[in-house]
Amino acid sequence: MVIFLQGCKLKCLYCHNPDSIATSGGKDYEVEKLVQMALKTKPYFGKKGGVTVSGGEPLLQAKALIPFFKRLKEEGINTNIDTNGRILNHFSKELLDDYADLVMLDIKHITEEGYLALTGMPNKDTALNFAKYREASGKKMWLRYVLIPGITDAPELLHALGNHFKDYKTIRKIEIQPYHKLGIHKWESLGWDYQLKDARENTPEELKAATKILEKYFREVKIN
Amino acid sequence: MEVKQFKSGIWTEKVNVRDFVSLNITPYYGTGEFLVGPSEKTQKLWDICKAATKAERKNNGVLSIDTETVSTISAFDAGYIDKENEVIVGLQTDVLLKRTMKPFGGFKVVQKALSEHGLKPNDALTELFSKYVKTHNDGVFDAYTSEIKKFRSLGFLTGLPDNYARGRIIGDYRRVALYGINFLMDAKKADLENITGPMTEATIRLREEVSEQIRSLKEMIELGAKYNLDLTRPAENAQEAVQWTYMAYLAAVKEQDGAAMSLGNVSTFLDIYIENDLQEGIISEVEAQEYIDQFVMKLRMVRHLRMEDYNNIFAGDPTWVTEAIGGMFSDGRTKVTKTSFRFLHTLYNLGPSPEPNITVLWSENLPQNFKDFCAKVSIDTSSIQFENDELMRTNRGSDDYGIACCVSFQELGKSIQFFGARTNLAKTLLLAINGGRCENTGTLMVNGIPEYTDEYLDFDKVMANFKIAMKEVARVYNDSMNIIHYMHDKYYYEKAQMALIDTNPSINLAYGIAGLSIVADSLSAIKFAKVKPIRNEAGLAIDFKIEGEFPCYGNDDDSVDALAANAVADFNNELKKLPIYKNAEPTMSVLTITSNVAYGKKTGATPDGRAKGVPFAPGANPMHGRDTQGAIASLNSVSKINYDDSQDGISNTFSMVPKSLGANEAERIENLGTILDGYFSRNAQHLNVNVLNKETLMDAMEHPEEYPQLTIRVSGYAVNFVRLTREQQLDVINRSFHKSM
Repeated sequence: MVIFLQGCKLKCLYCHNPDSIATSGGKDYEVEKLVQMALKTKPYFGKKGGVTVSGGEPLLQAKALIPFFKRLKEEGINTNIDTNGRILNHFSKELLDDYADLVMLDIKHITEEGYLALTGMPNKDTALNFAKYREASGKKMWLRYVLIPGITDAPELLHALGNHFKDYKTIRKIEIQPYHKLGIHKWESLGWDYQLKDARENTPEELKAATKILEKYFREVKIN
Repeated sequence: MEVKQFKSGIWTEKVNVRDFVSLNITPYYGTGEFLVGPSEKTQKLWDICKAATKAERKNNGVLSIDTETVSTISAFDAGYIDKENEVIVGLQTDVLLKRTMKPFGGFKVVQKALSEHGLKPNDALTELFSKYVKTHNDGVFDAYTSEIKKFRSLGFLTGLPDNYARGRIIGDYRRVALYGINFLMDAKKADLENITGPMTEATIRLREEVSEQIRSLKEMIELGAKYNLDLTRPAENAQEAVQWTYMAYLAAVKEQDGAAMSLGNVSTFLDIYIENDLQEGIISEVEAQEYIDQFVMKLRMVRHLRMEDYNNIFAGDPTWVTEAIGGMFSDGRTKVTKTSFRFLHTLYNLGPSPEPNITVLWSENLPQNFKDFCAKVSIDTSSIQFENDELMRTNRGSDDYGIACCVSFQELGKSIQFFGARTNLAKTLLLAINGGRCENTGTLMVNGIPEYTDEYLDFDKVMANFKIAMKEVARVYNDSMNIIHYMHDKYYYEKAQMALIDTNPSINLAYGIAGLSIVADSLSAIKFAKVKPIRNEAGLAIDFKIEGEFPCYGNDDDSVDALAANAVADFNNELKKLPIYKNAEPTMSVLTITSNVAYGKKTGATPDGRAKGVPFAPGANPMHGRDTQGAIASLNSVSKINYDDSQDGISNTFSMVPKSLGANEAERIENLGTILDGYFSRNAQHLNVNVLNKETLMDAMEHPEEYPQLTIRVSGYAVNFVRLTREQQLDVINRSFHKSM
């Protein structure tokens, strides 16, 4: 079960949920209502499934997520945060250390210029420090990486990414998200200009080449 | 019995196949890696079959028809596809795909079916059946009341087996292989000796029936002899076990053309012989798979003669050769064997196919490798369905059962069922709003329902009227069933199948309903929004104006899901009060086959906002487009219908786009498995699974020649998509394809 939370401080060029960027809007839910929704879905989780909070950027609401995740753990449900790793405060640390079984960290770009151009925000190291914090806790983490032809798929970028994380023990796998334009119509309906109009989707060969490089550094590489 | 290589037990002395299987099974926990491709012989045969089915499609769906012979077990000479390559022999006639006349269901039906192809029965037969011989159809209409005829013609009761054979009965075809016919015949003769006076009607009838059974066993011996097979003795090796079992089934489909002619649960039984021959080094995996491939190929070639009208209720020329695979023993052991895999593997060796209707009896406790394999086959072929073994086995009390038709439990060799088609519950609800009159014609159907004059529909008043309507419709429905099954026994008794079932078995009368989601959503609209009927001059509600919002069935919302579950319980309770021919036990299903389109056509506008004539959702499915909260919410809603109230089955057909199941094959397999575990853990009964993109179906509509084997699950069975009418194809395409969980 995935719960999308409203609000994000980044504005990534490829965002496929641009309607979740604004920090206003969305619908308010009581924690217990969400827990009940999760319980109804629980029989379908299998051994690995659980509840994922995504967004938007879920850690913007880290404080509110603590009681929610606490309840989910009481009900024996796995918890998972899909994040850009920009927020590492008192609340998000508590959530990470005590309640989140898994963190899925989106590494937008491994260079500072690339990160800024893609997300509209400086300081890619914030996200890398977030990874370092998770690593120190010894708890499970996946990396996610959107592969955009001509922007994030150069071999040297992939090698740099691999080199940075190669000694991490908590990273179970890296997921490559092939580039697609499914979110375009949402940008248009928001009256925003979609700047990646000229970018194209990955070819199967490109996906294979990227997989091959990342496999040198990560235990498992998965194409979503 | 002197078959020394098998462990003996109760089965050695008395007919008891379950005991034999339980004592001699070799359960299998491994993967499908042992499986092999089709043999050269199989490929040659299948090429011939593919060419024949292609010619059949080109020729309006029928290749040829015999107009001279009344089909019986031994009426036709031996027929072959290509004799030297056949390791399992036998066809319904002397020629592949030739259809035959089985006039005892109704001679007029045969005449009509033939005339639609520019043919007629030979003159002698026409004279015989017009002047001297009576059929099931004749008998039924002699006894029908004008009230039943009214309910039938106006569409309250539809698809009744009064002009076609009822089917649904499953012979225990394994018995011929395990015991040989001589042993079975001796047992039946002993039974006959013990059926003594006082000679009540029931006793006389039973004596006559058993005598008929004995005669048909003799005919089965003749059938075997035509193929140089000695069916009097038990099968002595794997090839014979498959061959003997098939001959028994073949006898049934030569004599009967029932709507559904299920096979039962033969794979695990046959595995015992195959495993034995493999252990002794008599055969290799190639032969083992070859027997099953060729057996299945023969099952795919079964054909019956049908009228075009029949296509409205059972589209795509189905035969329902339903084979149940997997499941668990009551003692906790699995029934999965290597031959369970081999059966499923035919969908790769011969390609996807609607027949045989492969039904996996699912349990959380099945071996993980088997669960994964089933999920893979389902994703790759959309040809199989899943039913809840834990639920049926514990609720119905047997671990040796087959599935009659689509979703109906039937203990093998111990019980049978009388097929009851279904009643239109949506039209029944409209009676409550129209003073007991038919919403289309104004004909008074049911007495005791006051004319409804309020401006807005009041939930309590409508419910009170609905209960009166259900009670009355149930009464007429029950009357029609008693007549139909009395006459079917009298004029078109299933003697071959009944010869392979215990004398005097227990019987279910399998009633059914259609239009459940329409009823639930309509009641929800009346309860939670404001519904104003728009009435014509005659005072009939021809449309409904809905003010405000209301929850729809299919979104895991208890307030409306309970209305669906209660409607099922209420109607079932009415049926349970009524006496049945041969003291059968009433059961009920929520299943429509493809008749949801035809039923919709006959039904006026409904208070949920559905316009007049629009198709219903199939089976127990939520109405397409109204289950907006994702796949799991939709499944959860259906799972709330209580199996105790609908023991004949609760059909749910579920379509997903491949991507929504997972990014890669391994993920999709795992996720489908967890969906099934989750759904069935909530005591749901049945799930048809399609993993398809809508675009594939749309392309197949335009280029049918490129998709000869494209198979899709509809309601409890599967069809070749290209054999559906355009209207039915559009109905399938318009259904909910879940894109997210």
